Amino acid sequence: MSPPLLGVEEEGQSSVSLVASSPSDCISQNVTGLKERNYLGLSDCSSVDSSAASSLLDDSKNKLNLKATELRLGLPGSQSPERDPELSLLSSGKLDEKSLFPLLPLKDGICATSQKNVVSGNKRGFSDTMDRFSEVKSSVYTEKNWMFHTAGPDSESPESVAQSKFPGNSGMNVKLSSRPSGTQQAIMKEMAPNAVPEQPRAANGTCHNQAAASNNNSNAPAAKAQVVGWPPIRSFRKNTLATTSKNNDEVDGKPGPGALFVKVSMDGAPYLRKVDLRTYSNYGELSSALEKMFSCFTIGQCGSHGAPGREKLSESKLKDLLHGSEYVLTYEDKDSDWMLVGDVPWE
Amino acid sequence: MNYFPDEVIEHVFDFITSHKDRNAVSLVCKSWYKIERMSRQIVFIGNCYAISPEGVIARFPELKSLTLKGKPHFADFNLVPHDWGGILYPWIEAFAKSRVGLEELRLKRMVVSDESLELLSKSFVNFKALVLVSCEGFSTDGLAAVAANCRFLRELDLQENEVEDHRGHWISRFPESCTSLVSLNLACLKGEINLSALERLVARSPNLKSLRLSRAVPLDALQKILMRAPQLVDLGTGSFVHDPASDAYNKLKATILKCKSIKSLSGFLEVAPRCLSAIHPICHNLTSLNLSYAPGIHGNDLIKLIQHCRKLERLWILDCIGDKGLGIVASTCKELQELRVFPSDPYGVGNAAVTEEGLVAISAGCPKLHSLLYFCQQMTNAALITVAKNCSNFTRFRLCILDPTRPDPVTMQPLDEGFGAIVQSCKRLRRLSLSGLLTDRVFLYIGMYAEQLEMLSIAFAGDSDKGMLYVLNGCKKLRKLEIRDSPFGDTALLTDVGKYETMRSLWMSSCEVTLGGCKTLAKNRPMLNVEIINEDDQIDFSSDDRQKVGKMYLYRTLVGPRKDAPEFVWTLSRRWVGTDLVKQHNSNSSKFLTMAGQEKSQKSQGWSKNPVPSGWNCHNIGVLSKNYCTRIIGYEDLKGTMA
Repeated sequence: MSPPLLGVEEEGQSSVSLVASSPSDCISQNVTGLKERNYLGLSDCSSVDSSAASSLLDDSKNKLNLKATELRLGLPGSQSPERDPELSLLSSGKLDEKSLFPLLPLKDGICATSQKNVVSGNKRGFSDTMDRFSEVKSSVYTEKNWMFHTAGPDSESPESVAQSKFPGNSGMNVKLSSRPSGTQQAIMKEMAPNAVPEQPRAANGTCHNQAAASNNNSNAPAAKAQVVGWPPIRSFRKNTLATTSKNNDEVDGKPGPGALFVKVSMDGAPYLRKVDLRTYSNYGELSSALEKMFSCFTIGQCGSHGAPGREKLSESKLKDLLHGSEYVLTYEDKDSDWMLVGDVPWE
Repeated sequence: MNYFPDEVIEHVFDFITSHKDRNAVSLVCKSWYKIERMSRQIVFIGNCYAISPEGVIARFPELKSLTLKGKPHFADFNLVPHDWGGILYPWIEAFAKSRVGLEELRLKRMVVSDESLELLSKSFVNFKALVLVSCEGFSTDGLAAVAANCRFLRELDLQENEVEDHRGHWISRFPESCTSLVSLNLACLKGEINLSALERLVARSPNLKSLRLSRAVPLDALQKILMRAPQLVDLGTGSFVHDPASDAYNKLKATILKCKSIKSLSGFLEVAPRCLSAIHPICHNLTSLNLSYAPGIHGNDLIKLIQHCRKLERLWILDCIGDKGLGIVASTCKELQELRVFPSDPYGVGNAAVTEEGLVAISAGCPKLHSLLYFCQQMTNAALITVAKNCSNFTRFRLCILDPTRPDPVTMQPLDEGFGAIVQSCKRLRRLSLSGLLTDRVFLYIGMYAEQLEMLSIAFAGDSDKGMLYVLNGCKKLRKLEIRDSPFGDTALLTDVGKYETMRSLWMSSCEVTLGGCKTLAKNRPMLNVEIINEDDQIDFSSDDRQKVGKMYLYRTLVGPRKDAPEFVWTLSRRWVGTDLVKQHNSNSSKFLTMAGQEKSQKSQGWSKNPVPSGWNCHNIGVLSKNYCTRIIGYEDLKGTMA
């Protein structure tokens, strides 16, 4: 007969825990097999992944691929149920770029990874506590260097263990970060197209955990994002709303009051931020806010990016360079030219 | 046994407009059947594969208005592969050939090609109304053909279609002589529109009552258009963005004041909230407001807007309105009958936008509410019980908790009791969608109490076959049942196989139904098409019957397996009994399976299909075998309703 209520419940939840289990296996495997692993085509991991594909998802091709190649961490001991052999056969054979998908944050807020590029080198940063919750903000790995720093400046993550942090964007390969749900989804979607077939790499990457606050929530939306046809909204509506929101947010061209959100990206950051320009009254505020926002990505303390007043900007830029910060604020105007922030009066 | 001449009866029948009533009338006796059929002008076909176009024409030769529905409902949510079917062209072709005087065509979830639109526009001289809902496959070229050739076009209503926009000036194809437009809905078009042509079209359409513009129509163009059409009753704005200090905006404000008849407002895909004050003056007349595509209106702007709308009967909105906003709706819109709250951020946790509180507030404040679609983060049993007490008028109740198996967050119980209260209290409930954590118990309640239920959507619910059986046994009026990701298997499927012929369709995906179960069902019920959607060749038909079927869609039909099924759709069916049918060849290699499980190619013997409409008329039945005869008679209502 059919499984009892509990079974259903588990199934629902286990959509996450299920998928959760395998990655931990996967990762622990990888931890041990670090040196021998061929990072360019981890088939081991993918088959483990596919076996971990959530049983509550149906057979859409894309989704299978996504699911199959997703890696998740789970609580030690959580069971990964049997999956139809056909599915695993299917998915293992079909690694394509769509199948690259970052790890999802889980109910236990264990881990989320998003991956931009492939690490072609054979070294990478690794947290000691792979199968524990590690709270780190982000790590960046370079091809050749393996940097291991304790999370000094990271005040939010007392438990964080080894992680490497890197400023700049030299040889940026795998970037791992975790964010709570909403942004996570955005990232995943952004990342997926960029991801390269060596997705199993992610399996070997570190899993990070954002603030614990996101723990409870992060699971549900992650799972949601994976279920085809859920929530039951017409694709037309979904697509239209997505376009509409994008349009409403763009800086150039939309007059009118209300929040003026601007995308801010930092070179080498795994994800972008949005700021509401209306909440600042001058460039100084803006730059210090941005600095705060992006401070997690930089190792040293950046000096303020710009002193208040534009006349000082060039000066402070030099200062910044001297202090080791490599960042200046630029923006792209409607002619698609890159302009230095600060020349135009704030209003 | 007619005491009156036929003409009198026909005149009486003219007053009977509902499909169900007309179907009932046609069952009374042969004479009434004949009179009714010759006088029926409006035909509704809920599943385009239940009957062939020739069959429809044969039975209702005088038909003028046709409604056709194609893909199953879950196609809306990407559960049905793109080219599953639902193709319009054969219908237009058949109607054109038989010179049906088609005047109105309403389509939902069908594949409409430009060729079919062109053929349509050229074949039916009096064609008046084209309504396309959630269709796809056509471009603005097809629309251009309709515009150019349908000289008496009154209604062109495009709702949420995927239209390929070729940026041609299709609007300009409306001839100068076209002055008959009453309704023009272009909201789903994404490309540029020739604004001056549109303005001229509006100017020469004095009967225009409903106009919904696309995103490409800016605010100043809107103003010019409204100047020409102050008589509008239904307006959908395009882009509603402008500098509030500008001339154009002030002109718009003045123009809107002249539009005293506007009762229905929608659009605002792009909106500058400060421009909203322009529409405040007309808000007090509004009975219908659709802001579900307007994420730019939120917070106080939204509240202010709503507070002006005291007469609102229908409200479609995004969940950024929040529980507080819904409270305002509850206290303002006392006439509210239909509410739809869509998620503005389907995947993000966002800001737990609406919860059970909003719904309870609405139920308390809006006693006339009967139709609900509510996407929320969470729901409690207590809330549902309260809602059931406050509003017992629900005819449509669709609740979607974004996390599909979420229990009551307060008690951690399943939501069985809550939904149970709804079905018990709302005796007129016709449509229900469930979500949240649910056990078999909720289905027990549904089977017991939901006597009028016609459509039920189930996802991630139930524990065992008993759940589905409760529903199949209890809901006598059930027409459409769609289930996904629930543990219902062969036992549930096969216990009452006769039931499916009283229904339009059944969809089961990611359930526990096996190939063997489907085969058994198909074997016993020849009037059903049991289709298995076999993407990625997951199912190997020659082997294990115990394989689970990923997606199964079955529906009653009078015409057997469809010939346009794509490669990945397998129709399980059996030979028809007692009819002399000839197979039609077509290039599509549809696959039919016999009960032996062997694959039969198109060319094989024993599989025949002749779209002979003669089986329809009563007097031909004697030609066929007794068995068949019984079935035909038994399915009079099948033919009649085709729903």
